[in-house]
Amino acid sequence: MKHVDEYRGADAARALAREIHRTATRPWTIMEICGGQTHAIVRHGLEDMLPSTLRLVHGPGCPVCVTPLETIDRAVAIAQQPTVIFTSFGDMLRVPGSTDDLLAVKSRGGDVRMVYSPLDAVAIARQNPDRQVVFFAVGFETTAPPNAMAAKEAKRLGLRNFSLLCSQVLVPPAMEVILSAPDTLVQGFLAAGHVCTVMGTSEYFPLAKRYRVPIVVTGFEPVDILQGILMTVRQLEEGRAEVENQYARAVRPEGNAHAKALLAEVFEVCDKAWRGIGVIPHSGYRLSEAYADFDAEKRFDVHTVTADESPLCIAGAVLQGWKKPADCTAFGTQCTPEHPLGAPMVSSEGSCAAYYRYRFRA
Amino acid sequence: MISCPIPFTDYPNVLLAHGGGGRLSQQLIQKIFAAQFHNALLDVMHDGAVFAVEGGRMAFTTDSYVVSPRFFPGGDIGALAVYGTVNDLAMCGAVPRYLSAGFIIEEGLPMEELWRVAVSMREAADRAGVSIVTGDTKVVDRGKGDGLFINTAGVGTIAPGVDIAPANARPGDRIILSGAIAEHGIAILSVREGLAFETEILSDAAPLNHLVQSMLAAATSIHVLRDPTRGGVASALNEIASSAKLGIEIDETRIPVRDDVRGACEILGLDPLYIANEGKLLAFVREEDAPAVLAAMRAHDAARDARVIGAVVSEHPGLVVMNTAIGGKRIVDMLSGEQLPRIC
Repeated sequence: MKHVDEYRGADAARALAREIHRTATRPWTIMEICGGQTHAIVRHGLEDMLPSTLRLVHGPGCPVCVTPLETIDRAVAIAQQPTVIFTSFGDMLRVPGSTDDLLAVKSRGGDVRMVYSPLDAVAIARQNPDRQVVFFAVGFETTAPPNAMAAKEAKRLGLRNFSLLCSQVLVPPAMEVILSAPDTLVQGFLAAGHVCTVMGTSEYFPLAKRYRVPIVVTGFEPVDILQGILMTVRQLEEGRAEVENQYARAVRPEGNAHAKALLAEVFEVCDKAWRGIGVIPHSGYRLSEAYADFDAEKRFDVHTVTADESPLCIAGAVLQGWKKPADCTAFGTQCTPEHPLGAPMVSSEGSCAAYYRYRFRA
Repeated sequence: MISCPIPFTDYPNVLLAHGGGGRLSQQLIQKIFAAQFHNALLDVMHDGAVFAVEGGRMAFTTDSYVVSPRFFPGGDIGALAVYGTVNDLAMCGAVPRYLSAGFIIEEGLPMEELWRVAVSMREAADRAGVSIVTGDTKVVDRGKGDGLFINTAGVGTIAPGVDIAPANARPGDRIILSGAIAEHGIAILSVREGLAFETEILSDAAPLNHLVQSMLAAATSIHVLRDPTRGGVASALNEIASSAKLGIEIDETRIPVRDDVRGACEILGLDPLYIANEGKLLAFVREEDAPAVLAAMRAHDAARDARVIGAVVSEHPGLVVMNTAIGGKRIVDMLSGEQLPRIC
C-alpha cells in the first residue's frame, strides 16, 4: 500500500487544491473519462475542494454502464442454458437486462460464477470438458489484453468448450463523439491512465489538435486527479491544447507493445453500440477471423435478442457530459441502486450510482 | 486436540442414519456433542434445559451460520456460531449465559470435521464463559445442504440501569470503534476465492462480552453498542443513524485498517467500510464518558486499538457523512445487495 499512500496525502492534496483555486480565473468544464476516476472523485470528496466555477463532468468510461442492454439480455439467454457455466467479473452480475440480471439466473439454478480473471474461466473450461464455459468479456482497452490472453490460451489448449461474449469498447472514438457534438460542454479531458498504459498516448494528439482541447493522461489516486485537473486548468488558462502525461510513472508514450500485439492478433476493430449513446464507428473490438470460433454470440446463436431502454433514463446525456445525474427527474426516486432504470446507476463506477452513494442528496 | 472418538473405520462420514433418532443418533450426540459441551444442564439430556432465573431483564437472540469454507484463517464455523450469538447478546448489554446449538448436517460430512467443529465450539464457549445447554441434530440428503449449517440461540441477563438500543444515540455522543476493520471478510474472501496475499490475513473472530462488561463498569450510560458484522461499519452506522433519526459524522483518518487488508481491498475494488467484522464493536457514549470507556477498552486484547472515530450530530438526520483523508466530504451510504469486485 505504501506506493499509493503518497498519492493520498492530505497535505499534497490541499496544496494542489489551493493551486487550482489560484490558477482558475474563469469557469471551465472538464470531463474525466474513466469510471475509476469518477469513483475516486466522489469517494474522496474531491469536488468539495475545487472552485465552484470548475465543473467536472463524468465520462462514458464505465465498462459496465456502456454495455448495451441487448448484450446483457444475450448473456442472460446464454447463462440460463443448462449446459453452460457462465463466468463474469462481479459487477456485471447485477446489471439488469430487460427482464433479468445474471444473479436472477443464478438464483433459478443457472451456473453463474464470479471470477477474478478471464484465465480462471479458461481453467474452469479445462476442468469441465462436458460443459460450455462462457466468459463475459466486457471492458475498455485495459481489460482487453487479459481477455485476448484467455482466447489465445483456449486456442493453444484446443478447448472447444470455451467462448467469449464480447463487449469491448475503445476510448478515443467516444471522446471524438463527445467533442464533435456542436453543443458539447467539455473543454478539457482527463484521459484514463490505465487505458494509456496499454495503448500509449499517440491516439490523443490528433484529437487535441483537431478539437483544440487539452488532454491530460491522469492516474486514479486523489493526488493524481487533482494534479491532472491543475494541468488541464493551466492549459485552458494559457490557451494551450496539448497532450500531457500526469501519470508518467505508469504510462509510456508508446504503451505496452506486447499487449498491443496480442490485441492485434485476437481482436479486430468494429463499429460498436454503447448503452445510452448509440453506435459509434470503429469504437469496439470483436474477435478476429482467426478466433471467430470462440465467439459466444455465434456459438449460441443469440444475435436475434434485442432490447429497448427506459424512456425516462437520460444516461446518454449524462455519459456525454450534458447532464449531471441529479438533473434527471428519475434520479433517487424511480431510479436507485436497488431499482436501476439505466446503467450508470448499476455499477459502483457508474456516475449516477457514485452520486447516489457519496454525494449529499438533500 | 483430542482425536475423534467415533472410530473412523466404523463411520468416517456422517450417514443419514445419524439423524434417524436411533442408536447411531445417540452415538453421534453422546460421543461428539455431549463429550465436548457437557455441563450440569446439558447432562440431564432432557428435551430442554431447565435453569433458575433471578428477577430482572433478559436478552434473547438467535443466528444461523452457513459460512463457506467452514475452516478459514483465524476461525471456523463453530467458533463463529458461538461468538456471533455471544456478541449479539453483549451488544444488548447482557451477560451471555446459555446457548443452544442446532446442527443441520449434510450426509457424507467427514466425522472428523464435525468433531473439530464441536471442539472449536467448546473452546469458544469456554473463552466466552457460556454453556451450550441444549441442542438438535438433523442429517439431510447429500446435495440438500452445504456440508454443515449451525444455528445458535442464546440468553443473557442484563444488569439494572443498563439501557442500550440504537434509538438511544444522542447528539454529541462520541462514536468509539474497538479496532482495525474488515479482517474477517477479507480472510474469508481470500480462502473462498483462492487469493493469496503476501501475509495471511486472519479473521478477527472473538467474543466481546468481557470487553462490554468492562465498558459498562466504566460507564453504565453507554447509549448504543453494535458489532459491525455483515455489511461492515458503514451499514451498522447507517442503521443507527436511521433508528435514532440523527446524523453521524466520522473521520476517515481515524478508522484503522491494517495495511495488508487495505491492500487486498484495493486490489479487489472493495471498500473496507462495508466488509464484515466478527470481533469488533462500535459504542456510542456521552462525550464526558468517552475517556473512561476508551481506557477500559484498551485494557483488553480485543480492543487495544480502540479510538473515537466520530460523533452524532443533529444535522443531516439519517445520513452518515465522512470527512475523507484527503480533506473532502462524502456520504457513506447503505450498500444495496452484496459488494461485488469491480472490473477495473
